[in-house]
Amino acid sequence: MRAAFAAVLFALLSLIPFGSLAQTGPVVADVPFAAAIVEENRAQIEKPSRQTIGPVIAALAASGDPQALVILSAWANRGLGIRKSDGAFVLIAEAEGGYALRTLDGTDAGIAPRADITELRPNAGVRGVIATALVQFQLNDPDRARRADALTTIARDPAPELLAPLRASIEAETDPALRAQKDRLNRLLTLRFDPDSATRIAAIESFAGDLGLDLRGALNPLLAVTRRAAPLGTEIEGNIARDLQPGSDLTETEAYDLLVAANLAPARLTTAELKASLAANIVDGAVAGIPLADLNTQSARNRAYTALEVVGSVPVAATDEEVTQIVADHHFVETYSEPDTAVTSAAQDVLTGIEVKLAAMQMADLALDALSLASIYFLAAIGLAITFGVMRVINMAHGEFIMMGAYTGYVVQLFIPNYTLSLIVALPLAFLVTFLAGVAMERLVIRHLYKRPLETLLATFGISIALQQLAKNIFGTQARPLTSPAWLDGALSFNDIVSISYIRVAIFVLAILFLLFFLWLMNRTRLGLEVRAVTQNPSMAASMGINPDRINMLTFGLGSGIAGIAGIAIGLFAQVTSEIGQAYIVQSFMTVVVGGVGNIWGTLAGALMIGTLQKGIEFLNPSNTLAAQTYMILFIILFIQFRPRGIIALKGRAAGD
Amino acid sequence: MTRTFLARNPSVLIFLLILSLFTLGVTVLSEAYGVAFLSTSFIKTLGKTLCLCLAALAMDLIWGYAGILSLGHMAFFALGGYMIGMWLMYARTEGIVITALSNEALPATAQEIQNGIAAQIFGVVGASELPPVWLFAHSLPLQLMLVVLVPGLLALIFGWLAFRSRVTGVYLSILTQAMTLALALYLFQNDSGLRGNNGLSGLQNIPGLDGVSQDRVSVWFLWASAAALGLGYLLVAWVVSGKFGSVIRAIRDDEARVRFLGYSVEGYKLFVFTLTAIIAAIAGALYYPQAGIINPAELAPIASIYLAVWVAIGGRGRLYGAVIGAAFVSLLSSWFTGGRAPSINLGFYTINWVDWWLILLGLSFVGVTLFAPKGIGGLVDLWQGLRSPDRKGADLGPGDGALLEKEAKK
Repeated sequence: MRAAFAAVLFALLSLIPFGSLAQTGPVVADVPFAAAIVEENRAQIEKPSRQTIGPVIAALAASGDPQALVILSAWANRGLGIRKSDGAFVLIAEAEGGYALRTLDGTDAGIAPRADITELRPNAGVRGVIATALVQFQLNDPDRARRADALTTIARDPAPELLAPLRASIEAETDPALRAQKDRLNRLLTLRFDPDSATRIAAIESFAGDLGLDLRGALNPLLAVTRRAAPLGTEIEGNIARDLQPGSDLTETEAYDLLVAANLAPARLTTAELKASLAANIVDGAVAGIPLADLNTQSARNRAYTALEVVGSVPVAATDEEVTQIVADHHFVETYSEPDTAVTSAAQDVLTGIEVKLAAMQMADLALDALSLASIYFLAAIGLAITFGVMRVINMAHGEFIMMGAYTGYVVQLFIPNYTLSLIVALPLAFLVTFLAGVAMERLVIRHLYKRPLETLLATFGISIALQQLAKNIFGTQARPLTSPAWLDGALSFNDIVSISYIRVAIFVLAILFLLFFLWLMNRTRLGLEVRAVTQNPSMAASMGINPDRINMLTFGLGSGIAGIAGIAIGLFAQVTSEIGQAYIVQSFMTVVVGGVGNIWGTLAGALMIGTLQKGIEFLNPSNTLAAQTYMILFIILFIQFRPRGIIALKGRAAGD
Repeated sequence: MTRTFLARNPSVLIFLLILSLFTLGVTVLSEAYGVAFLSTSFIKTLGKTLCLCLAALAMDLIWGYAGILSLGHMAFFALGGYMIGMWLMYARTEGIVITALSNEALPATAQEIQNGIAAQIFGVVGASELPPVWLFAHSLPLQLMLVVLVPGLLALIFGWLAFRSRVTGVYLSILTQAMTLALALYLFQNDSGLRGNNGLSGLQNIPGLDGVSQDRVSVWFLWASAAALGLGYLLVAWVVSGKFGSVIRAIRDDEARVRFLGYSVEGYKLFVFTLTAIIAAIAGALYYPQAGIINPAELAPIASIYLAVWVAIGGRGRLYGAVIGAAFVSLLSSWFTGGRAPSINLGFYTINWVDWWLILLGLSFVGVTLFAPKGIGGLVDLWQGLRSPDRKGADLGPGDGALLEKEAKK
């Protein structure tokens, strides 16, 4: 019992930090206290250099004294100074009237004026070394946030010396998330820095199928290649990635430049240099006997240069034939900077696997993008498709109805500051406003032009430019914001690659809702029945007691109302200007034409096709969205060749003309 | 066939007379050759307006006579401008580059001159090589041929594709609109080889005419434009006056019936489409040297719609109507948007015409379509005492040809 008590007491005593002992007892020479180490290396610490400071910092870090951590972090953050009066190191902190001082072991030492203290300012390199040393402490810090910080630091700036402390800290880690993170980081550092090839390969293979950006960041440096050249017959040292054939893998010019860079061949003579050499050798209005006036072709200049070469007044330069010969006399390879063949081939395998998976993910992301674009086109085009399908009237002012909807949303937001509420108010209001505008337009203009469809196109165009200019006069030319509510901010992300913003999800949902609404309206209601009847044969429908005038008016209003809703949807992710409708009107026309008129499924198919096509072409040629639109329109023109009435064409009597 | 072409079409003679009187009048009032009443910039505006009239003439032939509402003819107009612009820009830059290189010790090689020109023209889009489309830019005759060939071929291919698949009516209008949009978007790219959205500039400086002042050049271009308009008018009037004209008008009125009568509707349409594209291109080739700059915005779909607007306001289906419409609307438009029209003060609000002109134009366009489908040209009918039957009232039958209430009462 007594023995056990003594053991516990001893254990407790040994747990008391060395720093606290140092305050009370005399310094024991063989225990490397932090303060003592600092004193010993005074000269190094006062004027540190990145190359030589390493051992000092390592000694501090290895001292096991908790105060070493305080000293190191103070030093890195310009919190270490020298008191001029006695030359002692002190920890300093900004305070009223100068610096608040503490001695290296942590006791308060009062406040000193600024002038009494020399602040130590280590350079960036030294601070980097200190930070690396500190990371080892932070990895085992009791504070979870600091441990997480340390991992971020390592991930940002991986270094071989971090591997050992990281590994050592995994066992003691209690937080499961951090532990997983440490484990992953350990493997990432292992595959790059571990001395043992087999361990590295195991680490690489453990990542098979992983899509993390950090992994690709770690693997890519392993597979970095440099191009090298050597005369035929001599071996090229190093881990060779592949042989390069001049002509197919690299051009002759590139090959020759490589040789010039490796000092295996003389530099080539550029035309500018040739011209300068000739100009320097003009004698009596001629170069090497060729009169100046004749030197207006490249071949004459080459002859003159060759003549000068013969005389010896200019250096010998390689001609094209010589270049070809020299390139043929050498062989070219790409070598990995990583010398270990097994490691590079394992990395290559894993990376290939990742790329395949990545491509699939990108396809999925692209499909999502295309779907969201298609739903926008669907919303923008469905109103147009209805009016065109039922009345054979192309409404050029459809884009301006979209604009009216967007501006309605903007005006509502001026009055209702709550974005969610204003959106709820704006959607039906936009529908109402554009519905009324559509009905008014139908009653006043289009009704009189049913027999002249091409002229409706022009009359509605007149309305379109008038409305657009009116919007400019009222709202100005600058873009107005239509802010989405906070719950629509951000994106729904499935992983690093596949993600879609919530606004686009909302537009997708809106498009689905309208698709269902129209299917219901057209197939399940009296109005839908009458609309379909008027679409097929207005005269016959009239004989059956349907009032085609009323149906036309309602259809036109409905089509316009949806344009208003589409305007709000588009305004949420694009700025509201008077030209907002113009940006979508041609695509909407395309959607209707490609899809085929008089059928909602046709519009859907058209929107899907155009959305997919546009995103697909943009993916193949990402730098150039203008070209993408050009090619898309060309494709549509060709598509019309094969299906002049659209993807889903009405057949039989319903097709009309 | 007893009467001559001009006797059957007295309006042609009247038109040519008015056109030559107009040209003569402007020359007399010009700074270079007369009393200096009109400024050079106004003469340029008049010259440009004549070119627009020629384009409107083409539009009237394709729309008013053949019934094809093309919303892409300004693309051909601009292409013609690009083709001549390439030579203008190349030749002028060549002069500058040769002057710059002549200071060097060695005489310049052809390659050096070309590199210099390429660097000068394409430095603005970050390229330094002459794109392949500039292959013929050094030669005026070749480039003049391209003015006709490029838009003509484009129209031929596009028209063949469109007409053979029987794309008609609004479908065709939208397809032509898509064509001009595609072309505009393509030209907006910097690597399209035509300087992207910078377009071609400095076209008003005609190479070889350095010593001639702009006020003279502007009158010369006015003469050229008037001559082109006169010749174009004669050509189009001749095309629409004979049997060919009857066939294309028949296609406009009932395409299927003409096809059943054994005519190759597609062939006629294609011919008219290509011919009008070429006329528009020539108009463009004369327009842009007077405008001085061309960029892809000129191909925007709206430009072609304006062309249709001019023809509709002037009165389609009659050639002088197209010319009147284009001249009237474009001159009025430049008067209003130039800020010269006086503002109207309503007390509570001042109508500033720069802002309200487009609204007026749009609404008057609706008005013309609704109430005066014959346009301004209809006034001539009124003067001549021609009246079309008043076909107002409700249908008496289901078909389009059914009599209307008021007709039946007569």
